[in-house]
Amino acid sequence: MSEFLNAELLARAQFAFTIAFHIVFPAFTIGLASYLAVLEGLWLRTGNDAYLATYRYWLKIFAVAFGMGVVSGLVMSYQFGTNWAVFSDKAGPVIGPLMGYEVLSAFFLEAGFLGIMLFGMQKVGRRLHYFATLMVAFGTLFSAFWILSVNSWMQTPAGYVINEVGQFVPADWWQVVFNPSFPYRLVHMVLAAYLTTAFVVGGVGAWHLLRHRENRPARIMFSMGLWMATIVAPVQIVAGDMHGLNTLEHQPRKVAAMEGHYETGRGVPLILFGLPNDETEEVDYALEVPNVASFILTHDWQGEVKGLKEWPREDRPPVAIVFWAFRVMVGVGFLMATLGLWALYARMRGRLYDSPLLKRVAVVLAPSGFIAVLAGWVVTEVGRQPYTVYGMLRTSDSLSPIAAPAVATSLAIFAIVYFVVFGLGTLYMLKLMAHRPEVTERGPEEGKPMRAAGTTPVAAFEEPEHPEGDSHDD
Amino acid sequence: MMIDLPLVWAFLIAAAILIYVVLDGFDLGIGILFPFLNNPEDRDTAVNTVAPVWDGNETWLILGGGGLFATFPLAYAILMPALYVPILAMLFGLIFRGVAFEFRWRDEKHKPYWDFGFTAGSMVAAFCQGIALGAFIQGVDVDGRAYAGGWWDWLTPFSLLTGIALVVGYTLLGATWLVMKTEGSLGERAVRYARITVVGILIFIAIISAATLSLDPSFMERWMAWPAVLYSAPVPLAVGIVTFWLWRCLGEKMDFKPFIAAILLFILCFIGLGISLFPHMVPPAITIWEAAAPDDSLWFLLVGTAILLPVILGYTAYAYWIFRGKIQAGEGYH
Repeated sequence: MSEFLNAELLARAQFAFTIAFHIVFPAFTIGLASYLAVLEGLWLRTGNDAYLATYRYWLKIFAVAFGMGVVSGLVMSYQFGTNWAVFSDKAGPVIGPLMGYEVLSAFFLEAGFLGIMLFGMQKVGRRLHYFATLMVAFGTLFSAFWILSVNSWMQTPAGYVINEVGQFVPADWWQVVFNPSFPYRLVHMVLAAYLTTAFVVGGVGAWHLLRHRENRPARIMFSMGLWMATIVAPVQIVAGDMHGLNTLEHQPRKVAAMEGHYETGRGVPLILFGLPNDETEEVDYALEVPNVASFILTHDWQGEVKGLKEWPREDRPPVAIVFWAFRVMVGVGFLMATLGLWALYARMRGRLYDSPLLKRVAVVLAPSGFIAVLAGWVVTEVGRQPYTVYGMLRTSDSLSPIAAPAVATSLAIFAIVYFVVFGLGTLYMLKLMAHRPEVTERGPEEGKPMRAAGTTPVAAFEEPEHPEGDSHDD
Repeated sequence: MMIDLPLVWAFLIAAAILIYVVLDGFDLGIGILFPFLNNPEDRDTAVNTVAPVWDGNETWLILGGGGLFATFPLAYAILMPALYVPILAMLFGLIFRGVAFEFRWRDEKHKPYWDFGFTAGSMVAAFCQGIALGAFIQGVDVDGRAYAGGWWDWLTPFSLLTGIALVVGYTLLGATWLVMKTEGSLGERAVRYARITVVGILIFIAIISAATLSLDPSFMERWMAWPAVLYSAPVPLAVGIVTFWLWRCLGEKMDFKPFIAAILLFILCFIGLGISLFPHMVPPAITIWEAAAPDDSLWFLLVGTAILLPVILGYTAYAYWIFRGKIQAGEGYH
């Protein structure tokens, strides 16, 4: 029995590890693809070469991040079967087709147009090239649409019946795809991806402005990144609140864990910090604000909030992880919004580019989106426990019949390979970001395929713009 | 509507796998041939022949895995645990292959390491795919709706044999691809590698066919019984004819023919496999109809596939058409 428990924990650790590595790449590329579309659109409208330079600067980084997203994503498409066989058998008829649509509508679209986007500007002309950029951006959003639909169905299953062999089978596809938590999760995640990218872009701009005050592409990055922080970060707080209320409706246990509430009550205090203790079912050293939790969750100072004691222990998620990850996400989110307000204030006084402190803080907060995204995913996925299909299929009943040593071995190899491979890839992206943007910025190096040009033929025709090797810029 | 949806999907999944095997087969074959290309310029040329297409080729593997999950979840749920070690090893190989592909151009100082990663990744991926195939043919233990064996059950002399055979087969695809895409000394050497591997693959086809027939008496029945012999007998005959044609073409000027012949060999072997295993989705216990998702799921995905798959096939074919012709040494695609 204890060995089986180990196998379960190992399989969960392996899934968490591989998906945590995977998610940072799409979170970044979803935002970056849209940002590139905006930059190219601005360039086409204004003819300002600084926009084109900024486009080309981020295009190189996009190519590397996208490649790593593809490779780490390939692993995910097999891991459902290798480690979660019972889940795959039972949930496959419902979520499998959604993933099939992700491959057919998103992955092939991206692969098809990425080549034109990377190499084809000279060959296909501006309009078709812009079309390709838009298609890649749509591809990343389609991908987000389908995979978040899958994830949301696992959180709030709908539109299914259970057949005679215990499989979930579709009854109403509309209800399956647009299950209750999906619209909220989709908005929250896409905004998160946009913010993640905006802070990286703004931080990189700030980094270069600290050294070269007048650098035009760096000013564009800094200004656009901070506009996003000013506008989208507050919107995200509202969207997050709505997502939270949706969760309260459909997964009250998760919200109780996020808030650290064990007792059901009225006029419940908001616990700012504390140490949730599942043994004593109390939050030790809690720092509380009276009645605020009731107000946030029910919009009534005396509203009733359900505590975890309403459910048997074996049906509750682990509280401490969810509780802390939630605070990290919210804390980072408010930091991001604060920077946005500060930038707005500086901008209204006409001094956006003047404060070194603002730039330094923007540099420090550059990776904040990744932290918030990872923390948010820990909240929602650990908060789903102990189920894979919420309330319907337990995690312990979802597992493949694989011995613990097999999973331990694969987990160890995943850890080594991922740290080496994606560590080097990240290092390479940082090197690209350390390179100062110039208005004469070129596209990806000619003669040196940054990655495959997908299945796109146009790359073949592009003449080298310049002699071999003169654009080696790392 | 009396369409046999599980059967339609079985053919679609089989087609996706075949397309993957042929397409990624030749670029994995390039990776396997890498240690034999000592001249750095030859290596760069060989990589440039596949640089624009290898990534699209690999997308078919995602489609294969995702498609199986969607349409035959029971088969997916049984086969993946049964093939745990070879599947994960294949993924690790593909990670190194894919990353090395990009990094070897980026980091001149460490190019030999990335080249090693490129070769090792390609070999591991090919070998593991072959092992998975062998383990699949010999059958897996099933209890109810779950895999019932251990995590080393896949390791048998037969699966090792199919593993090596697929490495040789992919090398043949890679070599004939180079015959088509390159010229000069590299092209001539590719002809030599193709000759060696075509002999190798013929031997492996013979051994594996004999071994397969002896695995299970029902395989023998399926091939030899009347009237099955009417459609089974032409397969080995065609293998002989195609191999002869391939050998003859290697000396000729029409240099795309060997590659076509190598693809035909793969298709024939795939048909042979189909004759042995049909109608099983998980040999020997589970059939296509037992493993299939309910018709609602199959319909839902079939509608989109009917629209999107022709589009995907269209631009894939267009890409290969655009990239036709020889690659000169030192000439990049980009």
